Amino acid sequence: MEIFLLILTLIMVIGSIIAIETRNLLSSVISVGVVGFCLSIVFLMLGAPDIAITQVVVEILILVILIRATITTDNTSIEKHKDTFAVVTSLIFFGLFLIFAFLAVQEIHQFGDPLMRVSQKYLADGAKETGATNIVTSVLLDYRAYDTIGEATVLFTSIVGAFVILRRRGRKQRKEKDVEKVGILDDEDIKKDFGGF
Amino acid sequence: MILYFLSLALFVMGLYCLVAKKNIIKKVIGIVITEYSINMFLILVGYRDGGIAPVLMKGMDNSEIAAGSVDPLPQALVLTSIVIGLGVLALMVSICLRLYEKYKTFDMSEIKRLRG
Repeated sequence: MEIFLLILTLIMVIGSIIAIETRNLLSSVISVGVVGFCLSIVFLMLGAPDIAITQVVVEILILVILIRATITTDNTSIEKHKDTFAVVTSLIFFGLFLIFAFLAVQEIHQFGDPLMRVSQKYLADGAKETGATNIVTSVLLDYRAYDTIGEATVLFTSIVGAFVILRRRGRKQRKEKDVEKVGILDDEDIKKDFGGF
Repeated sequence: MILYFLSLALFVMGLYCLVAKKNIIKKVIGIVITEYSINMFLILVGYRDGGIAPVLMKGMDNSEIAAGSVDPLPQALVLTSIVIGLGVLALMVSICLRLYEKYKTFDMSEIKRLRG
């Protein structure tokens, strides 16, 4: 069990190294796909089928979006010049981070022995109190429903932002077009109402 | 133990990609890898040895789940985080496409130089 998890995690590490270091953007995106699908198998082995399904769906959408970004543009390969200062300093600091992470990982509780103070109540009473047979669903939609409302808000805001950034028609053009089409205002009214426009 | 460390190593790789690479699509890929590593770390923390999924099957008692299931709380929160990651990625890629439309390049230093 743990051996399989270790192999999958090593595949993820190798895939992300390839994704970071390769020169072609399309192969980089496909390596991210390798990392994501391995992650979904890891979720499935760790007893989280809901997240595994969500991860597969989201991974496919991420691949579609990223390939849309890379394939329609001309220069998919990367130029060669590099910022040596940024590379060296980030390597030094991230090495330090890894050393401290290694020390910190020794201190937290062992793998396979979780600290379940809050969720013990959810597991014991979840089916009785909410009527959901899936305890993850009862946490998501009943005990922590405000969190899900916040998620929906963030999702709505980001999609509206993406729509606004990607739309073709600017605001000014649309105003002129509306006035022309309706034909209520003549030129003097437009000058009076919209001033400098 | 080694699994925790490997997921943190993935986190560091994503951060390195975010800081040191010039191409903005590469930066987006670094953010995606960072998200993956954090989600994996949270699920690993909630794993119990030989644990079953927190779903009541037919003929299963409630106490059986309470004694032998994995932690459902990080699973619910990670589910939220995955979906939010998708929305944020859509926003980032649309900004990247807009920058490409304006400057005809993905290179960060070129975009900085062309301003004004």
